[in-house]
Amino acid sequence: MMLGNQPQVASTSAMGVIAAMLEQRTGQQIAANRSWRIETALKPILRKHRLETLDELVAALMAGQNGNLAETVVDAMLNQETSFFRDAAVLDQIADAVVALQQTVGGRRLRIWCAGCSTGQEPYSLAILLSERLGDASPTFPEIVATDISAAAISRARNGRYSQFEIQRGMPIRRMIRWFDAEGEEWQTKAELTRLIQFRKANLVGDQPPPGRFDVILCRNVLMYFSAALRRRVFCQLAESIRPEGLLVLGAGETVIGQTELLKPSQQFRGMYTLAPAKDAASHCVA
Amino acid sequence: MKTCLVVDDSKVIRKVARHILETLEFEVREAGDGREALESCMAAVPDVVLLDWNMPVMSGMDFLRALGDSGIENKPKVVFCTTENGMGHIRAAIEAGADEYVMKPFDRETLESKLQIVGMA
Ligand SMILES: C[S@@+](CC[C@H](N)C(=O)[O-])C[C@H]1O[C@@H](n2cnc3c(N)ncnc32)[C@H](O)[C@@H]1O
Ligand SMILES: [Mg+2]
Repeated sequence: MMLGNQPQVASTSAMGVIAAMLEQRTGQQIAANRSWRIETALKPILRKHRLETLDELVAALMAGQNGNLAETVVDAMLNQETSFFRDAAVLDQIADAVVALQQTVGGRRLRIWCAGCSTGQEPYSLAILLSERLGDASPTFPEIVATDISAAAISRARNGRYSQFEIQRGMPIRRMIRWFDAEGEEWQTKAELTRLIQFRKANLVGDQPPPGRFDVILCRNVLMYFSAALRRRVFCQLAESIRPEGLLVLGAGETVIGQTELLKPSQQFRGMYTLAPAKDAASHCVA
Repeated sequence: MKTCLVVDDSKVIRKVARHILETLEFEVREAGDGREALESCMAAVPDVVLLDWNMPVMSGMDFLRALGDSGIENKPKVVFCTTENGMGHIRAAIEAGADEYVMKPFDRETLESKLQIVGMA
């Protein structure tokens, strides 16, 4: 178990070690005024492993006897807040842009990547919007790849089963009965929806991106807690994964402006970004 | 300011709903059953009705049908809000003209998101 290698965070306190581990593994920084989140988020893990304090947890992590402990700890600290049709107007714009792009590429299937998809609400919402526009049986229905660093989130996304509470957040009732089946108290995506998305566990920091280039990349509400330097690096990798005419979509409060020269606001699609011309992404990416 | 008519035979539920709706800046009216709700709509049509299913005197479904037959113009948006959480009930409500459906229990975010969906928040 490697906890060192992280010169930025000098604190030797347990809190500092855990925050450093989170940042090292995921890029996510925890602001000092939000460090109470660590304690709240880790309480159930402490209880489960019969540990009294964060110091004991750090000791257990360093002993490295429980292989999954570090991953469990990191997972618990990630902000995985999401909902169906989050920023609904933006999702509509994305779906419209996909339809417009499809018309320009002829018979080729478009490729969409949802990076940081959490428990799946975002890619499922997009797949529903695209099905309504293109028909889910369309031979050129876009390929949708959805990734997240959290194995637990990806597994839930793949299962497609949501509590009543989760599904009511943003899911219009007509779409719910069209695309979900009731399973006891929960709601299960129908197979025709589930099959439209490939879910994979992948870390934006360190793992290879999904192979090939994409026409549209969504990376919404993922990079906001990254350090500026790391965010730059991720933008660089995302730029390498975008096709020449492709689009990048960030969360409602996020921008590339002032963060990278590789991407610029799209002229055609408001609120989305496209590759800046005459820049060779690879030469700008520092590993 | 938008007006919401909260229709529920439970005073507690009306109070909870009122509280949430007021934080969302709705003007709130209340009715304890479908008949009272219909009279309230005849007097002044609200923007949206939050509607319970099971109520004495006149149920939510009967209210919805009566509203359809009432000749009231500028019909309010109707959001069913009920513990009847089965697919059969949901389909029946939509067929009868409901715009949205909230399964109880609900919280502020749920209600807000449903009101957004019907264009009211
Ligand atoms: C706040 S959620 C946003 C989910 C969704 N995109 C949305 O906007 O509703 C952020 C997600 O990013 C994931 N994430 C954080 N760091 C990541 C990384 N380094 N690589 C991949 N995913 C990451 C988290 O696990 C979490 O599920
Ligand atoms: Mg009742």
